Amino acid sequence: MNVPADLKYTKSHEWVKIEGDVATIGITDHAQSELGDVVFVDLPEAGRAVALDETFGTVESVKTVSDLYAPLAGEVMEVNGDLATDSELVNSDPYAGGWMVKIKMSDPGQADALMSADAYSASLDD
Amino acid sequence: MPYIPHTEADTQKMLDTIGVKSIDDLFIEIPDNLRVKGQLNVPSAKDEAQLFQHCRDLAERNVDLSRTTCFLGAGIYDRFSPATVGAVISRGEFLTAYTPYQPEASQGYLQTIYEFQSMIAELYGMDVANASMYDGTTSLAEAAIMATYVNKRKKVYVSGAIHPHAREVLNTYCWAMDVEVVEIRTQDGVTKDYSIVKDDAACVLLQTPNFFGCIEDMAVARDAARANGALFIVSADPVAFGLLKPPGDFDADIVVGEGQPLGLPMGFGGPLLGLFACKKEYVRLIPGRIVGRTVDGEGRSGFTMTLRTREQDIRREKATSNICTNEALMALASTVHMSALGKNGIRQVAESTVRNTQYAIQKLKETGCHLKYDQKVFCEFVLSLPKSAVGARDALLEKGILAGLPMGGRYLGDENDLLVAVTELRTRAQIDEFASALKEVLN
Amino acid sequence: MPNRIPESANMRWKTVREPRLIFEKSSPGQIGANLPKADTPEVDLAATLGDLRDGVEWPEVSELEVMRHFVNLSHINYGIETGFYPLGSCTMKYNPRINEVTAGLSGFRNIHPLMPEDTVQGALEVICGVKEYLMEITGFYEITQQPVAGAHGEMTCLMLIKAFHAANGEGDKRTVVLIPDSAHGTNPASAARCGYDVKSIPTDAEGNTDLVALEAALDDTVAAFMVTNPSTLGLFEPNIERVCELVHAVGGQVFCDGANMNAMVGTTRPGDHGFDCMHLNLHKTFSTPHGGGGPGCGAIGLQEHLAKFMPAPVVTRGEFEVFLDYDRPDSIGRVSSFYGQFLMAVRALTYLMAYGKEGLPNISRYAVLNANYVKARLADVLPAAHDRPCMHECVLTASKYKKLGVRALDISKRLIDHGFHPPTNYFPLIVPEAMMIEPTETESKETLDRFCDAMIAICKEAEEDPDALHNAPATQIVGRLDEARAVKFLDVKYKKESEEPVSV
Repeated sequence: MNVPADLKYTKSHEWVKIEGDVATIGITDHAQSELGDVVFVDLPEAGRAVALDETFGTVESVKTVSDLYAPLAGEVMEVNGDLATDSELVNSDPYAGGWMVKIKMSDPGQADALMSADAYSASLDD
Repeated sequence: MPYIPHTEADTQKMLDTIGVKSIDDLFIEIPDNLRVKGQLNVPSAKDEAQLFQHCRDLAERNVDLSRTTCFLGAGIYDRFSPATVGAVISRGEFLTAYTPYQPEASQGYLQTIYEFQSMIAELYGMDVANASMYDGTTSLAEAAIMATYVNKRKKVYVSGAIHPHAREVLNTYCWAMDVEVVEIRTQDGVTKDYSIVKDDAACVLLQTPNFFGCIEDMAVARDAARANGALFIVSADPVAFGLLKPPGDFDADIVVGEGQPLGLPMGFGGPLLGLFACKKEYVRLIPGRIVGRTVDGEGRSGFTMTLRTREQDIRREKATSNICTNEALMALASTVHMSALGKNGIRQVAESTVRNTQYAIQKLKETGCHLKYDQKVFCEFVLSLPKSAVGARDALLEKGILAGLPMGGRYLGDENDLLVAVTELRTRAQIDEFASALKEVLN
Repeated sequence: MPNRIPESANMRWKTVREPRLIFEKSSPGQIGANLPKADTPEVDLAATLGDLRDGVEWPEVSELEVMRHFVNLSHINYGIETGFYPLGSCTMKYNPRINEVTAGLSGFRNIHPLMPEDTVQGALEVICGVKEYLMEITGFYEITQQPVAGAHGEMTCLMLIKAFHAANGEGDKRTVVLIPDSAHGTNPASAARCGYDVKSIPTDAEGNTDLVALEAALDDTVAAFMVTNPSTLGLFEPNIERVCELVHAVGGQVFCDGANMNAMVGTTRPGDHGFDCMHLNLHKTFSTPHGGGGPGCGAIGLQEHLAKFMPAPVVTRGEFEVFLDYDRPDSIGRVSSFYGQFLMAVRALTYLMAYGKEGLPNISRYAVLNANYVKARLADVLPAAHDRPCMHECVLTASKYKKLGVRALDISKRLIDHGFHPPTNYFPLIVPEAMMIEPTETESKETLDRFCDAMIAICKEAEEDPDALHNAPATQIVGRLDEARAVKFLDVKYKKESEEPVSV
């Protein structure tokens, strides 16, 4: 399973990339492989405020729906419009083309609570 | 034991394999105080000949409308259905199948559902139809609830001329979901007072032809919905739209209807067939099943249920509806019926209906009755009698004619009002006889 | 050899190698029905009706082509009359053909729901007859057949519970419905349709409701607990009386999901267990045909305290005749168009009368025998999720094949090649690689043996040649379909080739 070292992770299988006060969020390689072919991604509108652990969207495969949980609080700056037509990017390129939202963090300190790549990899082995 | 094939020897061998002495041993987890002691208090078993006789005797206690001339409609119509319909739906491969969860072994049914969806969407002029709902009334209620999901509003505006049963079901569903139902008043048999629709409206609901048989102005209703950001929902009799401009041409968002007139027996009101169609932008919020076409690993075309994540078995409390079982067999019946009629047949049935209805209006007016509403009608109209409609209905029944629905009390009319339906099955002679018998009864 | 198509496979699909849509068989001018010809005067349609449409683009085919089309499609569809259909939770028993004959009687088919009551006494007698059988079988005070399917019955029960709490002045307070983690999806979906919040209750290691967790979740916000008994694990809840007592102690109501009533007919009565209401699937337990996914037929049973809220009208036996009682001021109102699935009620009554008091217990007894037999025969290859006597169905787990790359679904698909319909897979959700097998009482030992032999052969194949399972089924008109494509390139309506398909 691909778990890039430079990203942070959540127990619910989101990855987070921190750049300044902006966090880019997607789902991990493990998550996409468990889901199978992703057919639909429901994302919030830009401008929406999200709280920590709030459901901000859903990702659907043929026979499952998974909620997406906000790993950080803040305001949605941008969503990945490509996923509306190319949801398979979540499968084929989960850490780049398959990104989902960019959030402007209201409390960057929350990032400290996220898992490191090593910790996330270890959690997958359990 | 009827239908249970076990011989004593089989049962013994099975018990041996399981490793118990008796069938009773398999029920040890049911506490003794909860076991039925002795026999249930119901009649003794009947053999097949007795079953038939018993049911035939019950059936003969009903007035069989294949032998009485039926002018009763009010949502359920005595229409022609070809013999092919019964022949197809009694085939065991269809009749005794379950929901097509295993598409490879269910291609036959899945294809018929795709054809059903296509024909219903075409009839209503809509993008998408689902695989069916329970009946026309629950389909309407589901449409209203769906509208509340679309625009997150909790108020439904409904025409005062929809079928009273549909209104009751709508009220029940909306009560449970804490959605308010507001009535749009009628005048002269058609929906009028759209000015009460406000920008808190989830939807505007209209039935056409309405309960009185009158053809409604869909454009006015649509404009009221659009002006307030509400969805426009139409409940539409399918046969009427063999001739009338379909709701899709009036930009309807959701169209529902009762499919019984498309090949189903009246059957004392069940099973029926809920029709549900909508614009493609709402496809992810549709209640119930949808069948789509795709391909297998070798590129062969095939059908499967699709957009499954809307449904209760996957999304549970967040599902678009709790519906699971629908009316697949009735949808199949109507698919056969629609295929048999085809483009020309549906037009012919609708046209015959209009001719018979217009002739009946003319003849019945000559009896001293008058039309309560001066509107365009398709197959049904409100006849005002000079005396009680119940009395006239009962007297005509003695003469082998079921004259219609007396509207006093529960059915949006006065004591003297009779709702009369005339389908393609009625003949000139039957209509003449109705008129002369009515004249006799009134004098 | 392993890929050889089993001899038992259903090969009749050869008659329809390339099914075409009926639209593709259309020729302008043809018609498939000999329709009534109007003998009344012609009218000016536009003047009479207003705006007219262009033609309805339905297919134009001859009557013979209509029959061929649908008969050939029936050849590529599997029903109970085709073969064994052990779909767990669905009770796919034989649907006796006499039921079709009685439901086809003209005096039942050709009656209108709004005829005067004295002209439909036979029909009302049928509804009353079914009601009286079901009251005795379930032990409930009242039965209504107005709900038309199982989920509809569940929702109606919750509406009655909502009305009950409201009448006690507790409508605003009781906002939560508790549901076991093993429940059917219709339970939470029905609760949501009544405006309730759903809270999940875990199942303990033995497969019963976790009483500690239940007690912890119970308080005066609880409107109801929805219990499936026997559970979806195919196990009878031995503590059911205690469960009901606990919920009642905080003022909640207990609903019984009756999907598994087939395990109880004539043996035990849910109305005696402490339940306040339940739904029944007459299309499961009482043999009305499933028809490819409907019509269902969903009666509900109620205790006396809920009866006044029942949907009106209530079919009631009077002194001289059966009548429709509309005088129900506390009724929640109508939940469907008329009196339920009447022609299905005729079938159910025929079925109930065929068994009578002597035969009814045999339904549950032989259903339970058959399920335990399958469980015993498959124990070595597919162990049961819980080592207890099962009721009318057994839930097995295929998890030991997962490391070989074989999933429960693969085993199921291979079963199709052996001429059997697969069991229910991946449900209940709490059992990994679940295969839920419900044989029903109408299957013989011989059929069960052939099925078990096939399952054992497939499990052996899973170890020796897993790819044969991945490629199954190989005997049907199509192989496994691309379901992701079906969602992404949505094609749900026929369009002529010149037009674009509907897509989102």
